[in-house]
Amino acid sequence: MLQVEDIHISFGVLKALNGVSLEIHKGEILAIIGPNGAGKTSLVNVINGVYSPAQGHIFFEDKDLTIMPHHNIAALGIARTFQNVALFKGMTVLDNIMVGRNLKMRSNFFAQGIYWGFAQREEIRHREVVERVIDWLEIEHIRKTPAGMLPYGLQKRVELGRALAAEPKLLLLDEPMAGMNLEEKEDIARFILDANEELETTIALIEHDMGVVMDISDRVVVLDYGDKIGEGTPGEIRNNAKVIKAYLGTAALK
Amino acid sequence: MIYRECGMFKATYGADMAIFPIPLDRWGIIFILIVAFIGMPFLASDYWLSSILIPFLVFSLAALGLNFLTGYAGQLSLGHAAFMAVGAYTSLILYGRYDVPLLLSLLGGGLVAAAVGAVFGIPSLRIKGFYLAVSSLAAQFIIEWVLTHWKWVSGGVFGTVDTPPMEVFGWPIDTAAKKYYLVLCFVVLLTIFGKNLVRGQLGRAWMAIRDMDVAAEIIGISLFRHKLLAFAVSSFYAGVAGGLIAFTYYGAANIEAFNLMVSFHLLGMIIIGGMGSVLGSFFGGGFITLLPIFINQFSRSFGAVLKSDLLACIELIIFGGLIIFFLIVEPYGLARLWQTLKDKLRLWPFPY
Amino acid sequence: MIFAIEVAIGGLLVGVMYSLVALGFVLIYKSSGVFNFAQGDMTLFAALALVGFLTIFPLWLAILAALVLMIALAIAIEAIVLRPLVARPPLALFMATIGLGFLLQGIGQGIWGTDPKGLNIGISDIPFEVKGLMVSQFDLVGAALSGALVFGLVWFFQKSRTGRALRAVSDDHEAALSVGIALNKAWAITWAISGVVALVAGIMWGSRLGVQFSLSLIALKALPVLILGGIDSIPGAIIAGLVVGASENLAEVFVGPYVGGGIQTFFPYLLALLVLWFKPYGMFGREIIERV
Repeated sequence: MLQVEDIHISFGVLKALNGVSLEIHKGEILAIIGPNGAGKTSLVNVINGVYSPAQGHIFFEDKDLTIMPHHNIAALGIARTFQNVALFKGMTVLDNIMVGRNLKMRSNFFAQGIYWGFAQREEIRHREVVERVIDWLEIEHIRKTPAGMLPYGLQKRVELGRALAAEPKLLLLDEPMAGMNLEEKEDIARFILDANEELETTIALIEHDMGVVMDISDRVVVLDYGDKIGEGTPGEIRNNAKVIKAYLGTAALK
Repeated sequence: MIYRECGMFKATYGADMAIFPIPLDRWGIIFILIVAFIGMPFLASDYWLSSILIPFLVFSLAALGLNFLTGYAGQLSLGHAAFMAVGAYTSLILYGRYDVPLLLSLLGGGLVAAAVGAVFGIPSLRIKGFYLAVSSLAAQFIIEWVLTHWKWVSGGVFGTVDTPPMEVFGWPIDTAAKKYYLVLCFVVLLTIFGKNLVRGQLGRAWMAIRDMDVAAEIIGISLFRHKLLAFAVSSFYAGVAGGLIAFTYYGAANIEAFNLMVSFHLLGMIIIGGMGSVLGSFFGGGFITLLPIFINQFSRSFGAVLKSDLLACIELIIFGGLIIFFLIVEPYGLARLWQTLKDKLRLWPFPY
Repeated sequence: MIFAIEVAIGGLLVGVMYSLVALGFVLIYKSSGVFNFAQGDMTLFAALALVGFLTIFPLWLAILAALVLMIALAIAIEAIVLRPLVARPPLALFMATIGLGFLLQGIGQGIWGTDPKGLNIGISDIPFEVKGLMVSQFDLVGAALSGALVFGLVWFFQKSRTGRALRAVSDDHEAALSVGIALNKAWAITWAISGVVALVAGIMWGSRLGVQFSLSLIALKALPVLILGGIDSIPGAIIAGLVVGASENLAEVFVGPYVGGGIQTFFPYLLALLVLWFKPYGMFGREIIERV
C-alpha cells in the first residue's frame, strides 16, 4: 500500500534519515521502533508531507507523495496523530473532530453562508458520522468541552478521533500511548485493534512500550540514527542481535 | 428558572447546531430585531439614529470583518481601516461617476476591498507572528498613499470625494430613518451570512489555522486558500462598512476618516468585545460608539463640561486601560462575560 | 552626485536615530519576548515630561527628573501590565502593549496638553561644511549620541554579567529561573533601560520635530527597521536602521517627484516586505522552528 524508497532528510547538519526504505502492507499493523532521535517521527513527518525529503520517493497506492502539494496528501486517505498532541485548543472536542471531516465536505462558500438547504444537510450528515466516532471512543461526555481544558489522556483520544473521522485508509500514530497509565494504554490498544479489524484501517504506529508493540503489531521496523536496522515480525525482531544491541537490551531475551 | 436548558432536549442534530438553541435566546433576538426594524425609527430621535445607531452598526460590521481575520483565523491585521477606505472610495466612484445602482456600488466596494485585502494577505503565507503584524501595517500606509495620490481615485487635492444624494430603485434615501434602514438591512444580512460561515466548515478551518496551522495543513486544510479567503472576506466586510459609513454618516470619502487610529480602534473593539465571536464584534462596536457619550454624560453629572481635548484624552485612557484589563482578566472579552452571565442565569436561582 | 551623497549621509544620520528607537524594541523583545508597541508612546511621554520639567528646572535637572520618571514608569509597567500576562501567548502581550500605548498617550497629553511644543536643548540645526558636503550639525550630534548609546547598550548586553542574564531570560524563562536568575528583576531592568532609550530618543526626535502627537509615530518608522533587521538582533537593528534611513531619503528625493511625493511613509514598509518574503525572519532574526 505504501512504499517508502530511499528517503534522506537532514536538519542542518543532523542527518535524520539516511536512505530508509520500507513497505507498509494493506490491512496490517506496523510498529516503528527505535531509540530517541532515531528518526521515527521524521519518517512519519515525511510520509505525511510535513517535511520534504532531500532525496527519495514515497508511493501511496502508486501515487508519488513527495511531489504533491502537502495539503493534498490527506485527501488520499492518510491521517495521523502527533507526538505532542496537536489538537486545536480553542475549539470544542466536537469541532476538533468535525475538522477531520473537512475534506469530505463539498458545500462551497456561498452555500455555507446561506446555510439553509444544502450546507445544513451536509453539516448534519457529517455530524452523524462524527457522533458515531465519539460514541465509539466513549468520549460523549466531553463533546462540548474546549479541547485545551482536557486532561492529557483524553486529548490523545480526541486526536485519535479526529484522525479516524477522516475515514483514512492509512493511519499514522506517533506515540499514541505516551504518558499514559496501564489502563489507558489498554483502552487505546483496544481502539487501535478495533480500528484495524472493524474499520479495516492500515495502521503504522511509533511506540516505545515494547509490551504493546509485541502484542498488537503484525510487523515491526526498527530505526537507529537514521538507518533501518531491522524488519520483521515481533518474534524475529526480538531475537535480532543488532536490534538488541541498539535498543532492546538483553533483558528482552528473557 | 426562566432561563434554563433542562427539559430542552434537542431531538435532532440540526436543533443542536442552531444559532440560538435556547428558546429564550431565540425570542430575545427576535425581540431585538423587531425593535430594530420597527421600533427604532419611531422611537429614536434623528440624532440617535444618525449619530449613534448608524456608526454603531457600521463599526460593528467592520469589527466583524476584522474578527474573521484576527479572531477566527488568527492573522493579525493592524491596518484594517485602510480596507474600509478602499470600499468607501470604490463605492463612491461606482455610484457617483459611473451611475451604478447604490446597492451594487456598495457591494462593488466590498468586492474591490476583498481583492485588495487578498493581495495584502499574500505575505501571510510566508511570514508569521510579529513580522506579519508589522507587514499588515504596510497595507495601511500603502493604501493611504495610493488613495490620496492617484488622481483618478481622489479627484481632488485632499483626497475627498463627496457623496451624491442616494437613491435605491428610485426611492431617495434622504432622511435619517431611511439611511438607518439601509445600514440595518446590510448589517443584518451580512451578519447572518457571516455567522453561518463561522459555524460551519470554513469557521472550523479558520480556527484550526489559528490554533495550529501545521496540523491543519496535514489534515488537508489548504493554508493558502483559507488564509487568503480570510483576508478577502474580512476586507469585503470592511469595504462594505466603509462604503456605508461614507454614504450615510460622513457624506464623503476622506482618507483621514480611515487612518491608523481607526485601525487600532477596530482592533480594540474586537479585543474588548470578544475575539472569535460574532456577538463580540457588536459589543465592541457598541462600546466604542457609546464610550465618548458616557464620559460626557458622566462628567456632566459632576457639573464639569470637558473640553474636547481632555475628553479625547480620557477616552484614550479608558480605552487603553480596558484593553489591558480585558486581556488580563477576560481575554475573550465582553462576549465571554455575557456567556458566563447567561450560564449563571441558566442555573439561577440554584447556586450550582 | 554631491547632492546624492548629501542626501545619503543625511539619511544615514537619521538612520542612526532610527536604530536607537529600534533598539528599544529589540531590548525588550530580547529579554522578555514582548514586542512593546508602546515604545513610541513612551518616547512621546518622555519628551512631554521633559518639556514639562524644563518649565521649572534647569536643563540638567529636568533631564534627571525625566530620567527618574521614565525608569519609575517602566518598572511600574512591567509590574502592572506585563507580569499578569506572563503565561499568555505573545499575541496577547502585543495587544496589551497597544492598549498601553493608548493609555500613555491619554495620560501624557492629559497632563501636559496636546498643543505642539518646542524642545530646545542647545544644539543648532545650522549645516556646516565637511569636504564640500553640507551636513546638518544637529543630525551629526544626534547620530553621535545615538551611536554612543547604541554602542554602550551592545557592550552591556554582550559583555556584562547582567547583560548575559538578560539574554538568558529572553531565551527561556524557566531555564533562567532554574539557574537562579531573578526574573522580575531582570524584566524590570530591561524595561528601565528601554525607558531610558525612550527618553534619549524623545530628546533627539523632539528637538528635531517638535514635541507633539506625531512623535509617537516615530516608533512606526522604527517598525520596518525591526522587521528588516530581525526583531531579536541588535546588529540587525543597527544595520537596518541605516539602510532604512538612507533608502527612504534617497527614494523620497529621487523617486518621489515622479509619483507625487510622500513616499517615505510607506517606502520602508515596502522594502521590508520584499526582504521578508525571502527571509521571513528579517535579515538577521532568529528562525523559530516548530517541532511537531
